[in-house]
Amino acid sequence: MKKKIVSTMLCAAMITTMLAGCGGSDNGGAAQTPAADDSATEAPATEAPAADNSADAGEAAAPAAGGGSVYWLNFKPESDEVLQGIAKDYTAKTGVEVKVVTVASGTYSQTLLSEMDKSAPPTLFIIGNQAGVKDWKDYALDLTDTAIANELNTDAYNLYDETGKLVSIGYCYECYGIIVNPDLIEKAGHTMDEIKNFDGLKAVAEDIHSRAGELGFDAFSSSDMDGSSSWRFTGHMANLEYYYEQEGTPWTECPPTITGKYMDNFKNLYDLCINNSLTDPKELATGGHDAENEFKTGQAAFFVNGSWEYEAVKGDVPNATMIPYYCGVAGEEKAGLNCGTENCWAINSKASAEDQQATMDFMVWCVTDPDASRKLVDTFGVMPYKSAAESTNGFLAAADKYTADGCYVMNWATNFQPNVDSYRATLVSALNQYNADQSDANWEIVRSAFVDGWANEYNAVNN
Amino acid sequence: MKSKKKTATNSLQKATRRWGVLFMGPVLIAFFIGFIWPFIQGIWLSMCQFRLISDAKFIGFDNYVKTFQDASFRHAFWYTAMFAIVSLVIINVLAFIVAYILTLGIKGSNLYRTVFFMPNLIGGIVLGYIWSMIFDGILGRYQTSILLESKYGFWGLIILMCWQQIGYMMIIYVAGLQNVPGDILEAARIDGATSMQTLFRVTIPNVMSSFTICMFLSLTNGFKLFDQNLALTGGQPFIIQPGGTTIKTTEMLALNIYNTFYSSNTTSQGVAQAKAVVFFILVAGLGLLQLSYTRKREVQQ
Repeated sequence: MKKKIVSTMLCAAMITTMLAGCGGSDNGGAAQTPAADDSATEAPATEAPAADNSADAGEAAAPAAGGGSVYWLNFKPESDEVLQGIAKDYTAKTGVEVKVVTVASGTYSQTLLSEMDKSAPPTLFIIGNQAGVKDWKDYALDLTDTAIANELNTDAYNLYDETGKLVSIGYCYECYGIIVNPDLIEKAGHTMDEIKNFDGLKAVAEDIHSRAGELGFDAFSSSDMDGSSSWRFTGHMANLEYYYEQEGTPWTECPPTITGKYMDNFKNLYDLCINNSLTDPKELATGGHDAENEFKTGQAAFFVNGSWEYEAVKGDVPNATMIPYYCGVAGEEKAGLNCGTENCWAINSKASAEDQQATMDFMVWCVTDPDASRKLVDTFGVMPYKSAAESTNGFLAAADKYTADGCYVMNWATNFQPNVDSYRATLVSALNQYNADQSDANWEIVRSAFVDGWANEYNAVNN
Repeated sequence: MKSKKKTATNSLQKATRRWGVLFMGPVLIAFFIGFIWPFIQGIWLSMCQFRLISDAKFIGFDNYVKTFQDASFRHAFWYTAMFAIVSLVIINVLAFIVAYILTLGIKGSNLYRTVFFMPNLIGGIVLGYIWSMIFDGILGRYQTSILLESKYGFWGLIILMCWQQIGYMMIIYVAGLQNVPGDILEAARIDGATSMQTLFRVTIPNVMSSFTICMFLSLTNGFKLFDQNLALTGGQPFIIQPGGTTIKTTEMLALNIYNTFYSSNTTSQGVAQAKAVVFFILVAGLGLLQLSYTRKREVQQ
């Protein structure tokens, strides 16, 4: 009996071995496997709603005369449910098939790469930054003077290639800064009016941190350095350095080098964040803290994040507002929030003319139809189109207020980060060392990753 | 009559030969689609500059030149080689010891075997994240983290792999040990061999075929390791050299290839593909070499 079990197990082991062997050879033979895997894992989860749509299309209306269809490769997982609903509505109304496939967070470029290679590639996809323009401009229709471009109320969020072709247009924008719970600030005996620059912010934050035990809450929520959180610093907070380094003339393409002139200002705010927080800076490397929850449950008064968090926090912190990255730059009393977007629509130039037209019609409908734009604005925050619904997002309203008060908008210079994943990973590694031991030598490593790393990644990408 | 019978057998054989192809067909087709074709395409792509694989441009051996010039690839190679050798030794020694103990007839051996085998059933990514929390739970007490020191990353990965692989290798050794003929062991005992002598002179030579398969598996597993590496450290900590170039100190070959493929250089996909081909030749070559070496030491019963 025992022998039988062992021989059965051995058989199982042998089979697994053989399978493992096959898998391994695949790895060796073809590096495109990860991409293929991505699409394979994507497909089952997302194909289902698409199938629903086509079923609906059959019932509700005959296919439109043009015969085109829309395939939107969506970039925002948090909006998937709404978009599937919008797609259904549109199909019910017009009979045009709309398929929305949502890509898991952080894998958009991989999925786009493999989806574009298929026989029915996306007709509507996202080109969010200059790096994307560089990669995908040949696959993007020129949107200049098209129906959708004429609906825009600002061209601030459009992306052009070097020949001036309008490659992609913003369908929503976002802002980031420091989210504040004004109620806690007042509970600590301060007012929001004290925070008008870095000195004000520092005084309030350090006072709250020093009395954390007595107050029952701390100044900043945790600044974890794991993948789910580090972008708040390596991507967003880093923007203050790039923004000021532009000296008023925004970059139009990625500069080969940066000077790091405002690194000390970045350090001011970063130090304030990690040293006046619920979590010891030495414990940030692998994360595991939930900054959003710390803010929502009133354990922390400040939370570095962006406008997309409004939906999540408004229930618990109805008065939540957002303040700029105050970092000790002269004249920063006039600073506003960091506004920009990586959400820009592009139409696939290699799709058939019918599909392109169907896609264009669908986009125009999204931004002009009252019901549709209402639903989309509620999930996206705001849409920069003339006839789109009004925003209800408190943080975007704060951004508007700063602009109305004559403050400067800090543009998203951070979108120019060359070879962005690698650049940020290097920065995270340097910040980990600095968090563990805040010495000048370790800050030099951060500076090197920040400044020299930029040039290095630029060269890696452009040579 | 006789000749007729012969013809019948012949036609049966002929039919088998003819229809055999049909029955082999599905497997051959699957093997071709899933293995041969991607493999040929992979080799072709390694000599191309491409973004989409349907849109590749032939550029010759440039990608291979870049591959060998890449310092990060060389670092990843030595790091991976070191890891593969260390893990090979530790995993096999421990797995054999566990298997030996569990074949001595201890009560509940079957339960132990099942439990030891179970870590194998958990996916590598999950294991990587779980172990990173475990390690940081411990290292956090000493104000450090697995992401801060490459040696922690190295030994962390070794511990993870041991935990995952020992049970699996153990099963193969157990099967081998149970197949050692009782009469040889009895003869050794009658001849007055000590238990150590029996182990090294009789048992181990007889389970050499298990050693072959286990060592082959752990060597190639060590070289191909990807998920656990990605999830546990992701290559951190980096050494940032003056001038901004970085060395990802705990990045292994497969992760290096992956990172290269998804960097945004227009030529990086081709270079990654070339690296993958080099990687394949390396793993296949090493595996075969090691296989032929241990084969020689197997005892045929």
